[in-house]
Amino acid sequence: MTGIVALYIFMLAAFTGYEVIARVPVILHTPLMSGSNFVHGIVLVGAMVALGGAHTPLEKTIGFIGVLLAAGNAVGGYVVTERMLEMFRSSKARTAAPEER
Amino acid sequence: MSGASSGLWSAGALIQASYFLTAVLFIMGLKRMSSPVSARSGIVWAGAGMLVATVVTLAYPGMSNYPLIGAAIVLGAALAWWSGKRVAMTNMPQMIALYNGMGGGAAASIAAVELYRRGGGEGMSTALAVAGGLIGAVSFSGSAIAFGKLQGLIQRSIRFRGQQLLSVLLLIGAVLPGVLEVVRPGGSAQYVTGLLSGALLLGLAMTLPIGGADMPVVISLYNALTGLAVGFEGFALHNAAMIIAGTVVGSAGTLLTQLMAKAMNRSLGNVLFSGFGESGGEAAGAVSGSLKPIESPDVGVMLAFAQKVIVVPGYGMAVAQAQHKIWELCQLLIERGVTVRFAIHPVAGRMPGHMNVLLAEAGVPYDLIGDLEEINGEFETADVALIIGANDVVNPVARTEKSSPIYGMPILNADRARNVIVIKRGKGAGFSGIENALFYLDNTRMLYGDAQKVGAELIQAVKALG
Repeated sequence: MTGIVALYIFMLAAFTGYEVIARVPVILHTPLMSGSNFVHGIVLVGAMVALGGAHTPLEKTIGFIGVLLAAGNAVGGYVVTERMLEMFRSSKARTAAPEER
Repeated sequence: MSGASSGLWSAGALIQASYFLTAVLFIMGLKRMSSPVSARSGIVWAGAGMLVATVVTLAYPGMSNYPLIGAAIVLGAALAWWSGKRVAMTNMPQMIALYNGMGGGAAASIAAVELYRRGGGEGMSTALAVAGGLIGAVSFSGSAIAFGKLQGLIQRSIRFRGQQLLSVLLLIGAVLPGVLEVVRPGGSAQYVTGLLSGALLLGLAMTLPIGGADMPVVISLYNALTGLAVGFEGFALHNAAMIIAGTVVGSAGTLLTQLMAKAMNRSLGNVLFSGFGESGGEAAGAVSGSLKPIESPDVGVMLAFAQKVIVVPGYGMAVAQAQHKIWELCQLLIERGVTVRFAIHPVAGRMPGHMNVLLAEAGVPYDLIGDLEEINGEFETADVALIIGANDVVNPVARTEKSSPIYGMPILNADRARNVIVIKRGKGAGFSGIENALFYLDNTRMLYGDAQKVGAELIQAVKALG
């Protein structure tokens, strides 16, 4: 990937993020923030590559911590977002409320 | 790290194709999450994208340390799964902060491993690894403080003179070794260590002085920063999935942060560089009139024979865990033919949208809930505005009193309803410490007590009417 192509990707992705969020109703701000928090859990992929290429004990230790944290970001982000969004229903399409603790 | 050798071309192509699919799924997932009808499926789509990317990365050329990778994933995933399933809905904002900080820490770890391993001085790639590491480390330690504050582990906002000077010094202390790492051929492990420890301290110094009320904006900001850090590390690793996902979150998160700050009538600079109350600590205007108490049975009658009731829930209701009782009460009223609406101020919970989540948990359908702009015109036609644990968001002082710290903040026009009932634990002022003029109006009655208990009493009172 050459620098200029990467720059194009950066620019287009930035506009995409802006546009996707631009018209979101306030009621979804918290779940959406949580959802975008999950999406940057993709850092897991990079952490895996970094640990996969680590050699010295120091690199391996930091790499291990990185993968651990990244997995926490991805899985935790998914679980809390899913729990929040699961509860949104309209009065028409209602079934019994799910049993959550 | 970039080029797979020609023999591994097919594995490389598979990985690239999968990352492309992941990016598509992420963007479509986020798009679906921005409407309540399709939101649930949005997170599932994004989740599928994450799974694809994670599995395919195991086939990345030249990888070793598989047992370590597996152990770290299982351990991190298990801890997050366990904590995410357990957390109460009221504590959701700090959990988001915690998981977000983990992402920032992971980005910083990538920077550390890559810079230690390959040394610096590789121009653009090194510069972006350094930038991502710095931002990620700030987000990591800052989010940890945000979590501690909202969780109640850190009770006080630590402020002292020269705080901003300290932050500037720490920023320089982090940036300087970062620059050296980029420009000196080969770099040095010391530079990397200096960069990351400076950034970690900077995150602490930036976040400790900020009060709990502003934390949602800060969490949102760190969410955007983590996205940016992930994007930058994606450049350093030539990983398109990370670049796209990180950048999308970076810009979406920035917009979300601005929306939140606007809803709270605060500018981002104001949140970061000054404590709340410093601008308007003095008592804001004397309020005339008296507080007029009322008892539950009278309120029950008033509600039961109203045509239209607008409920204004605040964080106090959520703390008392009263949303289930209040919804039960509203269902009784709906059965009697009363029109019931919920009016939600953007900052009604701990962060914009938080109250909607709490009401949804109690089973309130989202089409009964109106946000500020939708519902503000309806208060004039409402017989009763029922205010439960909300304070500043219904204070008419925000419209009139220029000296008040909340002046200019958009409020719910509850004072324009025919009757106003305020359910409140005691006579104290709101989160901002400002006296509420609404409570002293002629058409306002105060119903003192714990919101859950009062809710039960009101249910009894309405049922007693048959």
